[in-house]
Amino acid sequence: MSDFTADNSPAAGKGSSLFKETARTKRRNAAEARFKAYGIGAIALGLFFLIALLSAIISNGIPAFKQTFVTISVELPEAKLDKNGNRDPAEMAKVTTFGYKPVITNALIAALKAEGIEIPFAKEKDVADILSSSAPAQVRDTVLANPDLVGQTVDFRLLASSRVDGYFKGRVTREALARDKNLDAEHLDIADQMVKAGLMETTFNADFIFGADASESRPEQAGIGVSMVGSFFMMLVVLSLALPIGVAASIYLEEFAPQNKWTDLIEVNISNLAAVPSIVFGILGLAVFIQFAHLPQSAPLVGGLVLTLMTLPTIIISTRASLKAVPPSIRDAALGIGASKMQSVFHHVLPLAMPGILTGTIIGLAQALGETAPLLLIGMIGYIASNMPDGIASGFLDPNSAMPAQIYEWAKRADPAYYERAWGGIIILLLFLMTMNIIAVILRRRFERRW
Amino acid sequence: MLSDTSKFQEHMMSFVKLTASALAIAAVSATAAAARDQVQVAGSSTVLPYASIVAEAFGENFDFPTPVVESGGSSAGLKRFCEGVGENTIDVANASRKIKDKEIAACAEAGVTDIIEVRIGYDGIVFASQLNGPAFTAFEPADIFNALGAKVLKDGEIVDNTYAQWADFNADLPAADIMAFIPGTKHGTREVFEEKVLVAGCEATGAYDAMVASGMSEDDAEDACMSVRTDGKSVDIDGDYTETLASIDANPNGIGVFGLAFYENNTDKLKTATMSGVEATTATIASGDYPVSRPLFFYVKKAHIGVIPGLKEYAEFFISDDMAGPDGPLAEYGLVSDPELASTQAAIEAEDTMQ
Repeated sequence: MSDFTADNSPAAGKGSSLFKETARTKRRNAAEARFKAYGIGAIALGLFFLIALLSAIISNGIPAFKQTFVTISVELPEAKLDKNGNRDPAEMAKVTTFGYKPVITNALIAALKAEGIEIPFAKEKDVADILSSSAPAQVRDTVLANPDLVGQTVDFRLLASSRVDGYFKGRVTREALARDKNLDAEHLDIADQMVKAGLMETTFNADFIFGADASESRPEQAGIGVSMVGSFFMMLVVLSLALPIGVAASIYLEEFAPQNKWTDLIEVNISNLAAVPSIVFGILGLAVFIQFAHLPQSAPLVGGLVLTLMTLPTIIISTRASLKAVPPSIRDAALGIGASKMQSVFHHVLPLAMPGILTGTIIGLAQALGETAPLLLIGMIGYIASNMPDGIASGFLDPNSAMPAQIYEWAKRADPAYYERAWGGIIILLLFLMTMNIIAVILRRRFERRW
Repeated sequence: MLSDTSKFQEHMMSFVKLTASALAIAAVSATAAAARDQVQVAGSSTVLPYASIVAEAFGENFDFPTPVVESGGSSAGLKRFCEGVGENTIDVANASRKIKDKEIAACAEAGVTDIIEVRIGYDGIVFASQLNGPAFTAFEPADIFNALGAKVLKDGEIVDNTYAQWADFNADLPAADIMAFIPGTKHGTREVFEEKVLVAGCEATGAYDAMVASGMSEDDAEDACMSVRTDGKSVDIDGDYTETLASIDANPNGIGVFGLAFYENNTDKLKTATMSGVEATTATIASGDYPVSRPLFFYVKKAHIGVIPGLKEYAEFFISDDMAGPDGPLAEYGLVSDPELASTQAAIEAEDTMQ
């Protein structure tokens, strides 16, 4: 408007043509072009960061899915592993992993000699540094499960130590090992020869996806599987609590509650809660669920309860929005033909709002799945996810971690091999989040109705 | 669209049923909460790696479940330890320093009276910098104090610390900007750093004597020695050593305070400096030649022994010769084995508590 009235220049007078751009039109067109360029620039910048982030995650994380294994035949001597010869697992359990270690070391030395690989160490047993310290436990578990193996020679596929593994992934160099007391460059020479002889290979490692966490001294053994199960049980708790409570609260507030100061206050509080930092819910959870209600520490049940508190406002807000989006004519029509208020809500309004509610719930769950801070306070971060739960009750109550908590824990550990695993964990977590968000998008596309 | 809607109603009904059954399961399992059957440990992030190695081996070799080990720092761990006795409190607190009288009193107030103290071995504290950064190769406690102390002795006067470069007070050190990343106050490492480096340096430079001569009491002078400058050249790291490492990665002039075991895992990025002319190795720490070392401890609630299955076995296994001995996995990871391990083992066997 102002463009028109303020325009007294002769160019805009009677003689001007629509086909000829005036100075003012040029300026306006230029402004529009600039704005478009800013928009494209903003998107390009966003895309650039996204690509940079994704490529960093993928290039750092992919190696975590591969692992170096050593395949050797291990002779299981009866004299060491079952002195009495009864093949009684309870008796044999007295031989600890410390008793198994020399057995495996001897097997490795024998295997190397059989291949003609020279061992350049003053103490031959130093060559065992090539193997992960998990090897004795692996052999012991196998033997205790099948006591009859004692006295035989059995093929085992053992993990190589994290530094040997890092060498094949390009993370560890001979120069760096010169200053490292955990492994020598000679070990790498042996490893190279073992690969040639077919004793060592780097392959896909399913244990990273399905396995348990490991201690600081054996990153090669660590997996995200147990914490994935922990996350799963927490999500069960969140879904089974937050969805019914959230939907019931929103239906009441939206459809039944009178408009007064109380409901206003509740509304304001819900919006506020949605903005509260998640760590606050952790403090609340510690005080209420652990110190007051005496629920167990580090349990996914408590984690789920805390995340429920965190997710509730998100679900309530999105549910109310989708209930609001159902036009009043639907309610009026239902009421008009004699339905009760409850019938109109449950038969007509709620089904129509369901896609929106589920979308909001899934997004709330995805947010809860990626949450770490509140778990810190209820004891779910640390060396925790070491046992796979052996039942539903144990899944809810036994100490466990969650995927993001496990990633955070790995990122803190000293061995650089854990850093790689943290990135690998991020890839798995992102896959989960992407799947959930895609489901939310599909639900919305497929079922949502616009009025 | 109508069919979609009815489909949704159907889905919703089955979903409601599913939700209800999930809730029922949760309720049942919550009421079935039996006694806790795994040991719960929390505390020092320096002790955490050792505790996790022990916990893992414990789970492998015993019929008890693998203990749960959390970190958070010595002070945070001892605070949780002193919250009381009962299943929803931790059984063991790891600490990279001795428990304080104040903490023992807090424990007693909450009903935690019988505490078993276990010394697992020794750990060295190293001063490390970027492998290819300035040549920080040799420090004296006096250098660290001059660089980081809040008030230093300059020309016979106690003044606010204004040194900007290491070479400003010691020409042997590189002319690089002072930038240090030291453990925050919730870490036990901080205390050792204050006592064995800052106070030692304060005394060596003569600042301590000057403070006392200026009329300060000995305690006040010691506190003044321990306070670090607050102009941004000394940064407290409240997180773990990985955070310190990241800060040094980003700062070529940075000096960081690490545990020896952490440094030994990251020799591809870091180099250490000698302290008072001695290089930090397990041998020099064991012999006592390396000045900045400290004992590592864990504390056990005696009231939980016999209640939490495996607690005593865990404590005994931790300091068994197999684990904590000079050839055990803990020593391999970087712990300096305690020469008096046998007497500690006997003390746990007898469940001797602190007096």
